[in-house]
This record gives sequence, C-alpha cells and structure tokens, in this order.
Amino acid sequence: MYRYDEFDHRLVAERIAQFRRQVKRRLAGEITEDQFKPLRLKNGVYLQLHAYMLRVNVPYGTLSSRQMRKFAHVARTYDRGFGHFTTRQNIQYHWIRLEQVPDILEELASVEITTIQSSGNCVRNITSDQYAGVARDELADPRVYCELLRQYSVLHPEFSYLPRKFKIAVTGSPNDRAAVAVHDIGLRMHRNAAGEIGFEVLVGGGLGRTPYIAHTIRDWVSPEDLLAYVESILRIYNIYGRRDNIHKARIKIIVNQLGIDRYRELVEEDFAASKGMPRPELPREEIDRIATYFAPPPYERLEDIQDELDALAASDARFAAWLRHNVAPHKQQGYAIVNVMLKAPGAVPGDITAEQMDALADMADEHSFGELRVNHRQNLVLPYVRQRDLYTVWKKLDALVLATPNLGLLSDVISCPGLDYCALANARSIPVARDISARFVDVDRLAAIGPLTINVSGCMNACGHHHVGNIGILGVDKRGKEFFQLTLGGSSDQNASLGDRLGPGLAQEDVPDAIEAIVDCYLDLREEGERFLDTYRRVGIEPFKEAVYGTVEERAIA
Amino acid sequence: MKHMVIANHLADGFVVFLGPDDRWCRWIGDGRVLEDPAEAEAALATAKRHEAENIIVEPTLIEVTIDDTGLPRPVEIREAIRAFGPTVGGGSGANASSGVGGRR
Amino acid sequence: MTALVRNGELVEDRFTDVSRADALPEHGALLVSLEQWQANRDALLARGEPLGIKLRSDQMPQAIANDLEHFDVIALEFPKFRDGRAYSYARLLRERYGYKKELRAVGEVLLEQLHFMLRCGFDAFEIRDPDPLAAYRAAAADYTVWYQPTGDGRPTAMQLRRQRLQQG
Repeated sequence: MYRYDEFDHRLVAERIAQFRRQVKRRLAGEITEDQFKPLRLKNGVYLQLHAYMLRVNVPYGTLSSRQMRKFAHVARTYDRGFGHFTTRQNIQYHWIRLEQVPDILEELASVEITTIQSSGNCVRNITSDQYAGVARDELADPRVYCELLRQYSVLHPEFSYLPRKFKIAVTGSPNDRAAVAVHDIGLRMHRNAAGEIGFEVLVGGGLGRTPYIAHTIRDWVSPEDLLAYVESILRIYNIYGRRDNIHKARIKIIVNQLGIDRYRELVEEDFAASKGMPRPELPREEIDRIATYFAPPPYERLEDIQDELDALAASDARFAAWLRHNVAPHKQQGYAIVNVMLKAPGAVPGDITAEQMDALADMADEHSFGELRVNHRQNLVLPYVRQRDLYTVWKKLDALVLATPNLGLLSDVISCPGLDYCALANARSIPVARDISARFVDVDRLAAIGPLTINVSGCMNACGHHHVGNIGILGVDKRGKEFFQLTLGGSSDQNASLGDRLGPGLAQEDVPDAIEAIVDCYLDLREEGERFLDTYRRVGIEPFKEAVYGTVEERAIA
Repeated sequence: MKHMVIANHLADGFVVFLGPDDRWCRWIGDGRVLEDPAEAEAALATAKRHEAENIIVEPTLIEVTIDDTGLPRPVEIREAIRAFGPTVGGGSGANASSGVGGRR
Repeated sequence: MTALVRNGELVEDRFTDVSRADALPEHGALLVSLEQWQANRDALLARGEPLGIKLRSDQMPQAIANDLEHFDVIALEFPKFRDGRAYSYARLLRERYGYKKELRAVGEVLLEQLHFMLRCGFDAFEIRDPDPLAAYRAAAADYTVWYQPTGDGRPTAMQLRRQRLQQG
C-alpha cells in the first residue's frame, strides 16, 4: 500500500495546524459558526444529534494493521469504545468533542490516515473495489489510480468550493464492486481496440433525493490523460453546476439538465484548450512509481487445497457455511479472500468495538500480510489469507462474532446510522436492520434464498444506498410517526438499476413480515438459477405488491 | 404547552438543556421547564445570547410533557433521542446492549 | 479594517467601484460592470484612463477574453464564500486567456481561502482584519506542499519527487 513521503507528511501537518488555528478561532468567537462550518466539514467534523461526528477516510478501502490499531485507540481514548464503517469505505466516530479533534487528527496522521475532505463541497474519499489487487477478474489494480486521484484531489485550489460534494469511484474489474454507475465520476478500467488499458469515464450518477445512473462521457481515456480529463469534468461542473438550490447542486442534475451530449461538448472543449495551460499530466513513470506501492505481497508458492477444505467442511457444517458464503476466490493459488462480517443477528450494521479492531489487526498481521480492506456493505476483508489458515481464521472470527455466514445474503443488511445518530434523518434505520437480521437467522434458509441485498436509509439523502438495494427501505416521517417505504429491484453492479416503489409506507413492526412476504413470493415464482433480482426483473412488481399488501395490514400514508 | 430550550455545547458537541440560573445541563431532568410562551421566548433569547458568546450552538425550543415521575419528555422522537441517547446500543454483536437509551 | 493587499503589500485602491451605479462619472479610474462595459465600450476606451471591470460569479470570463488588454484590474466577485466559480475563472483568465495585470478577489473572502486564491492567480484581496497585512502573510503561508499544478509556477510534489529521483 502507499507510504507517505516527506511531502505527504508535511501537507497533512500543515492542514492539521491550520485546522487547529481554526478551532481556536471558533472557540474564541473570531469566526462564526456559519463561516466555520465549511472549514470543519472539510476536515470531516459534523455536528450530529448527540455530539460531533468525525468521518475518517480509509483511502480506497485499504487499511494496514497499524492503522486499524490506531482506529481502536481513537475509539477507546476519544469515543465510546467503538467505531462505524460506512458504505463509502470510511470509518466514523459518533461521540467526538470538537476541542479534541486537532489531537485526534495528529494521532491519525502519525499512521498516514486523514479526514481531509471526507466531507464538504469538494472531492471526497476515492472509493474502489474491496478485492482490488486480489480479484481473479481484475485487469489491473485500480488502487494505483485511486492514489493518484487522491493526491490530485486533496486541497485542489480550484475545486475546494464546488457546488456540492463530489464522489469518484474506480473499478479494475468488469464485475463492478465499486458501484461506479452511481457516482459523480465513475471510472471503469478496460482495454481499447489496441489492447491498451484505460478507462471508460462515466459522469452524473448518484443516489439521494433524485437518483440517476451515470452516463458515459468518454469510452476510453488513457491513464496518462486521466487526471487532466477529470480536471475538465470538475471545471465544467464548478462553473455550470447549480448554486441556487442545495438539492439541485450535484453534477447529476446539471448533466441531465444540459444533456450528456452538451456536457460532453463543454468538457471536451476545455480538455482540448487546457493543453495550453498547466494541467495535471500523468507521466508513465509516475504511474509505474505509484504502482510499485501496490505490488503483490511476498506470496508463498502454495498448492490449491480446495479438496482439503471441502473435506473439512463436510465434517463441520458451521465452517462449511462460512466457507461457502464469506470466502471468495483469490488470484493467487493457495490463497483466499476472507470477508469479515459486522452483521451478527441483531447487531448494528457496520459497528465494531475497539477490542474487535485490535483483534482484527492481530489477525491481519498473522494471516493477511498486515492488510485489511473495507467494503461497501459495512463489512471488512482480510485479503491475503492462505487457504490452509482458513479454519483457524474462521475460529478466531467466530469467537469475535465476526463470522456470520451471510455475505450478500438477506441478513447482510446495509443501514445508515439514521435518526438514532444523524441530524438529517427522518426515521431510525438501525432498529429496522436489526429486526430483519434477527428474524432471518437460519443459515440454511438464507442460503436457499440466495443473494439478496437489503439497504436501509433513514432519510432521502440515501446514505444507506437504498435505491440500489434489491430491497430498499426508506424511512420517512409522517405526522411524527416513522414509516418505511420499500423499493424492489435495485442493483449497484455493472447492470445498475434503481429500485421501484412497492407501495405505501409500512410501520416499523410490519417491515420484517413484509420482507418475509416478498421472500416467499420470490421463492414461489423463481426459476432455476434465478437470484431474487433476476426473478423480479422477469415478473415485475405486481406479484410482490399483492404479497405484501395482501398479507400485511395496510397503514396507508398519503 | 410546556417547552424547554435544547442546544449543543460548542466545544464538546454534547446535548444540553437550559437550566435554572441560565446554566446549561447535560441531563434533561436538571433543565428548566418553561410553562408559557412568554417564558419560553425569554429563555430562547437568553440562549441566543449564549450562542453569540460561543458557549452553545443551534438553540431551539422543544415541546415537552411531564411524565408520572416528574421527568420532562420531549414530544418529538428526534428530541427524545437527543435527550436520552440512541435507542440502539453502540457496538457490534459481541457486546450489543439491548438498546434502550438511558442516561450517560 | 478593510484594506487592499496587492502582491503582498498594502495599497491604496485607486479605482472607484461604479458597477452598481446608474450613470458613469465623467472621469476617474473606474471599476465597471460587464453590462456597463458592453454598453459604453467606445466611450470608456476613448477616455484613456485606467479601467477595471468587475464580474459577478455568474459571468464567465470568456465574455471579456478578447478585451483583456484594456483592463488594468479585473475584479471577480465571491457573493458568498461558498461560491467557488471564480477560482476557475481566475485560472482561465491567467492561464488560458493570458491576463497579466491585477486580478482582485472581492466580496465574501475568508482568510482561509487566500492560499487557494493565490494559487489560482488572484494577486489582490480586500482583507477584513485588524492587521490585514499580517493576516495576509499568515494565510499565504498556510501550505508549502502542492499536489496540483496551476499557473503560479510552484513545483508540485510530483515534480519535486521526479527531480529527486533524477538527481539520484
């Protein structure tokens, strides 16, 4: 993974010193809250319902054991002993004091972690495939470009006051695990006709109040032109993006207002004209230099021992379930990708204790070349586990309650923090997620149902990404009471789609029954090999409407 | 209708309620219940002064009812969560609590 | 106090901002609006006096790209500090259209923003502070590492790293 040099360290130190001064000025009343707010947001500091919340970047989801230990230390020393991993490969602390933030930033900086631009109207954490570097289906490691984009976007003098937040995602695989189609800029690595690796560039995707699937602005950009092209996209957005209405300020709005053809025209014009001015060229040597940081670890030469694993699985049903669902095939023979689940039945999705963090850091050191990943489902990954260590790793994770065998299954629910924590929320999302995961506990049943993603958001800002859940749940407030609207058929992969509204909102206590009804309906209708999403796309929403509103007493909202 | 003034402390972000002597308390039970609109407006004005003095941020009036034990309870769920804490425990499976918000 | 700092020094503002006035005065170094410039171009040029133009944040510099030689100062407005359009306008004026004279940031300009504004090509600022020059100097020195190239010529981290490697 990337290691800071003296330039990176110095920049971060200067940023922290600046923020320390800003906090001091704020506490002394020299700047108002209105002036201070964008400054603190650019350092990831939110004021939430109970306290300040600090959002920490995990750049493109890659984490060292040393960094994980620091997260545990921060949780213990400055928070209430836990942290929360988000859908954008960040970690959040929900009980932070503003006056301590500069110290926390210094602690994090000592392990090369920052909160720079984790919020604010600027380019946010660049996210990527959690299996980068180890996935069999990958063309090349996308994290090389993520790191280059990260440096490019940090404290960019021209783009620090964009109309709104800006999110970029990169995938190195045709099986898109980074959800590029619902980002402001999505980059999809692929080969052109000449066989050269480059990127399809997508713009204007996003969730929230007005969700959109991104459009392709260019089929192929060379790696050398990537930063300059992104600069032109950002410049046109900075100039043309709407600033009259906070709900209409994302790039997706202006792209769809102007139309992708016109937006492309403007970008291409700027891109051509920018050749005559300083622009972020990306020489091949620089790409290669950064690539050395992402070279494969010192793998041992191992045989594939799938047969042995299968034999072991045959004698241990619990291990078998875990092996089947949570372990993914690895590029390197003899190795495996282990998914660490923060989704025990009844757990708060994405939450992790300091003890669990420390234990995982130790496991990473012992079993994964000291590295972990954060995925987009509020779970973690140990990316370099030897197959012969899988049983040991499973036992350890099981003891830590991190081995629920449900990756991508129904009870692997994604949930934003919701009204229990968040000042923006209309409803509590965590209880809904917990109720569902507590209802669907039987491992065999989950396996029989198959892949089914459920995403819960506590408000229209959609931090739970409910639009792209196979089942999406949106919390709304009607006359002081919480209701939940369901959507069906969303997907965030390379065939991305937004969910369709099922019907009137349901009371919280009715949601698990509704999920049961939807599942039973699917099981009745499915054909051989169909996942829930496939069946839904084939039969449409009507059978599910009937299933839910026929069996659940309707508490209609207008 | 009874009210109280709620805000967040600037320096530490914690939820506070305007109490007797115009001081800010962490626990809603120690806060001052405002019995009529005039009292409520006056209390809010005080709070706004404190905001200008950088003690607290975002002071607002919230409606409360008094329960059988004499404890003020915000009417809106959002404010109740601010007063009594998240309704879910903080922590993953290993030590998840039953999640009833309580005094911290 | 509010003072004008240009190229790191306190200077007198010799221009009068008439951009919101109904009529233009007969003489004087004026800062006019785009509309006034377009309506009175010939008359203004005929005066032979120093001339400046003030653009609003919704007015793109393209509109004056062919007239830059006539202006001694271009002022770009930040109606709210959050409105970041003029950062792009400044770069375009300097780096694409080749404007070389005074480029002034006016409106709601926070000290925190000075460093980025300098990097984008602004060289004059209205600063509100008890000690404007000290505040300016402190803000200008906020950072000594830059990842992105702009027209300010500062070497980026990437360039410095390359140099290092070449020096061996």
